[in-house]
Amino acid sequence: MGRVNFQIWRGTATGGFQEYATEITEGMVVLDAVHQIQAESANDLACRWNCKAGKCGSCSAEVNGHPRLMCMTRMDEVLKETPPGRAVTLRPMQAFVPVRDLVADVSWNFEVKKRIKPFRPRQPDAADGTWRMAQSDVDRVQEFRKCIECFLCQNVCHVLRDHRKHDEFIGPRFLVYAAALEMHPLDVEDRTDELRKAHGIGYCNITKCCTKVCPEHITITDNAIIPLKERVVDRHYDPFGSLWRWFHSTDKASGGPSS
Amino acid sequence: MAEFQTHEHDVLVIGAGGAGLRAAIEAAAGGVSVGLVCKSLLGKAHTVMAEGGLAAALANVDERDSWKVHFADTMRGGQYLNNPRMAELHAQEAPGCVHELESWGALFDRTRDGRILQRNFGGHAYPRLAHVGDRTGLEMIRTLQDHGIHQGIDVHMECTVVELLKDGSRVVGALAYDRERGRFRIFRAKAIVLATGGIGRAFKITSNSWEYTGDGQSLAYHAGADLMDMEFIQFHPTGMVWPPSVRGILVTEGVRGEGGVLKNSLGERFMFNDIPEPYRKSTSDTPEEGWRYVTGDKNARRPPELLTRDHVARCIRREVREGRGSPHGGVYLDIAWIKERIANAPDHIRKKLPSMYHQFMQLANIDITAEPMEVGPTTHYTMGGVRVNGDTQMSTVPGLFAAGEVAAGLHGANRLGGNSLSDLLVFGKRAGAHAAQYAKAHGSGAIDIHAVDTAAQKALAPLDRTGGESPYQIQQDLQEMMQAKVGIVRQESELQEALVELDKLKARAAKASAPGNREYNPGWHTALDLTCLLTVSEISARAALERKESRGAHTRDDFPDKVAEWGKFNLVFRRGTDGGMVVERTPLVPLRDELKQVIEEHK
Ligand SMILES: Cc1cc2nc3c(=O)[nH]c(=O)nc-3n(C[C@H](O)[C@H](O)[C@H](O)COP(=O)(O)OP(=O)(O)OC[C@H]3O[C@@H](n4cnc5c(N)ncnc54)[C@H](O)[C@@H]3O)c2cc1C
Ligand code: SF4
Ligand code: SF4
Ligand code: FES
Repeated sequence: MGRVNFQIWRGTATGGFQEYATEITEGMVVLDAVHQIQAESANDLACRWNCKAGKCGSCSAEVNGHPRLMCMTRMDEVLKETPPGRAVTLRPMQAFVPVRDLVADVSWNFEVKKRIKPFRPRQPDAADGTWRMAQSDVDRVQEFRKCIECFLCQNVCHVLRDHRKHDEFIGPRFLVYAAALEMHPLDVEDRTDELRKAHGIGYCNITKCCTKVCPEHITITDNAIIPLKERVVDRHYDPFGSLWRWFHSTDKASGGPSS
Repeated sequence: MAEFQTHEHDVLVIGAGGAGLRAAIEAAAGGVSVGLVCKSLLGKAHTVMAEGGLAAALANVDERDSWKVHFADTMRGGQYLNNPRMAELHAQEAPGCVHELESWGALFDRTRDGRILQRNFGGHAYPRLAHVGDRTGLEMIRTLQDHGIHQGIDVHMECTVVELLKDGSRVVGALAYDRERGRFRIFRAKAIVLATGGIGRAFKITSNSWEYTGDGQSLAYHAGADLMDMEFIQFHPTGMVWPPSVRGILVTEGVRGEGGVLKNSLGERFMFNDIPEPYRKSTSDTPEEGWRYVTGDKNARRPPELLTRDHVARCIRREVREGRGSPHGGVYLDIAWIKERIANAPDHIRKKLPSMYHQFMQLANIDITAEPMEVGPTTHYTMGGVRVNGDTQMSTVPGLFAAGEVAAGLHGANRLGGNSLSDLLVFGKRAGAHAAQYAKAHGSGAIDIHAVDTAAQKALAPLDRTGGESPYQIQQDLQEMMQAKVGIVRQESELQEALVELDKLKARAAKASAPGNREYNPGWHTALDLTCLLTVSEISARAALERKESRGAHTRDDFPDKVAEWGKFNLVFRRGTDGGMVVERTPLVPLRDELKQVIEEHK
């Protein structure tokens, strides 16, 4: 594939793009190119990575303006979309404050998670203190638990990226997290009130941008956010329904096998 | 003297993988204040990458399983160099730890009657691995993380410890720098738990991330602790081999557990050609029987693909050496073939091995439901590490504990797949509890500010130097050298050469320079990691030279046989009073009679 030019963001918010070139061979991913540039010509080029296999969600950045995992983005595909004669651009995620080079300050996400009520299981099903769950009930939630916390969805959500509502809206990642808890077969906690107030679920207007970038192919909007919105709406505009639910408050956890 | 930000905790846990998180949670439950530091962000440690599962004798799938069988399997897998007390506690306590994880929200795959499903893995007599598809590690670390953040633990992310601080013989703190700003921090603590993982970055072909530079082993060694079994490094038989940029990335043993078979370029299932004596009785001799085993027939014996990792890795190496390898120097791992046996095989494969499917599709243009993968051995796991007390996980340095991959003892000469994730839970928990106890029983020690200053100056040296070599280049040369001379098969002359090379590399590293400033500067970080890598590489090479036999993961071309006499010792390294390396043959932890009997019963 030969020598390829890159424009890589260097420095903090006040930094700028710098040009680098490196040799690209078969099978290389963007992260390989970054590492090569690091070793050859920019020893102090900052980036995050760990697994190099799409499992840890560390290496998120914007490649030619598209939010991606650098370790799972093949250079041959990037070159196909890069206009001839142009450099491949790499910059950090834009919805967060830049730390340096390709590293963004994602610490806000870790703070948000702490504000969501933790898992609270129902009483064990068996005398030995264990539970019984059907695979089909587990499957539904496992989709959400695939999340590798890459925060790419947070990065593209206009509520955070453009409107900077970081104080009022938890973002798609944490709506997925809340959905995983709410739909967990064993969980008996109720998070609907917070979702509406403190977590700002109403800000989401279902643009589905988050779903499009999720490297784990989680159907964030249809499977997590919309059902959560329905729960919130039901709970708050349906007085009879909430009374009924109050009497059947353990029903939410009816995740055991049908036998 | 420079300014240092100081943090004070009763217990400091270094490392936030499964072992560190579990230790921190347990220490916090013990009513002491806990700090947790890690080099990456929370939830990104190696544990997140684990695929296949977590071994615990729950006996949900095969009621014949019990802690005794798990114990016997672990000891056999470790060629009896294991600390039997650890193997015993591990087998007994793993099921409870799995249930505890479930009570914190982990969702494992289920059996038909709604209990935790278990899968087959190499060296385990019965289906024993609790799992979630092929992303078990993610489930585990996320559960611990999400539970841990509500336990009042102070987490310091992207913060690297460079030195342990002592007051007399006891550990009383650590010096670290934060990666973002490059500022030093002093952590004062009454007890410290090391949970820093392995040393896999010492090799070129590896499944391990940049974090695995042996920091914990090196910190402990310099603090005067014993390191043990450092010659035993596990080469996982199946890593990706093509394209070059993905070489080494792991292909889970779960593929073989689900029926995947190994073939050479002649299309032969070569694993049938060499079945070691201790496993002959329990291994099938026909493909037919092997298939019945992986599909749950309790009367069938396991296919030879599920023999222990050391053996499978050597067989693959032999096929490649003798010219029967695949085009890119591996062999074939075929799961697609199961379409001959079951309907909708592609769906089944995607369901059971989703991330493997994705990984090959995305990175190698290979559809594993339709064609075989090319695989070869990759550096994977460090059996050796800090020598600890089997019950408390305390090292030979008072106040210093170790758990998880950084500790030695549980796995002996070879680890069984799945026994690491369970190790993290069982011994993370124990280390956390005992560290909390120790902290309660002891006051804070004094920090020697001169030692801090010296360590900080040393850490800054690569930044201050100009015109030196790039740390990346030295690291790369080290990895190539270790791969070539201290790899899967070793011999005297190469190991001697390795020691000479290591001296040269050390001299180069001492002159390396890292351009740029202190803020998030990976060149500087690499230079600091390199000093740890060099220490552990040297100890591994020396240990490999010392052990003149072949056993478990340690294979010597010049001493191809197992020697009974060598089965009586662990090799222990420590820093002598003159600063030199001292090596000692330490008799094994004795095996109690009733455990001896358990082993006999399950031979
Ligand atoms: C691809 C892959 C698949 C695997 N699959 C399985 C499997 O299916 N089953 C199984 O049982 N095992 C498996 N293993 C092995 C298992 O995942 C690891 O052995 C285990 O996760 C190690 O956990 P740990 O808690 O000891 O360390 P880690 O999870 O690696 O955590 C180490 C922590 O220490 C921190 N650290 C290191 N040095 C420093 C320092 N100087 N200062 C501060 N912090 C530091 C790191 O930042 C990190 O947080 C697999 C391993 C790999 C690589
Ligand atoms: S669907 Fe909602 S959460 Fe997702 S990007 Fe759009 S507004 Fe944000
Ligand atoms: S939901 Fe998807 S995009 Fe968002 S953090 Fe998780 S894995 Fe990343
Ligand atoms: S490095 Fe782990 S997802 Fe890219």
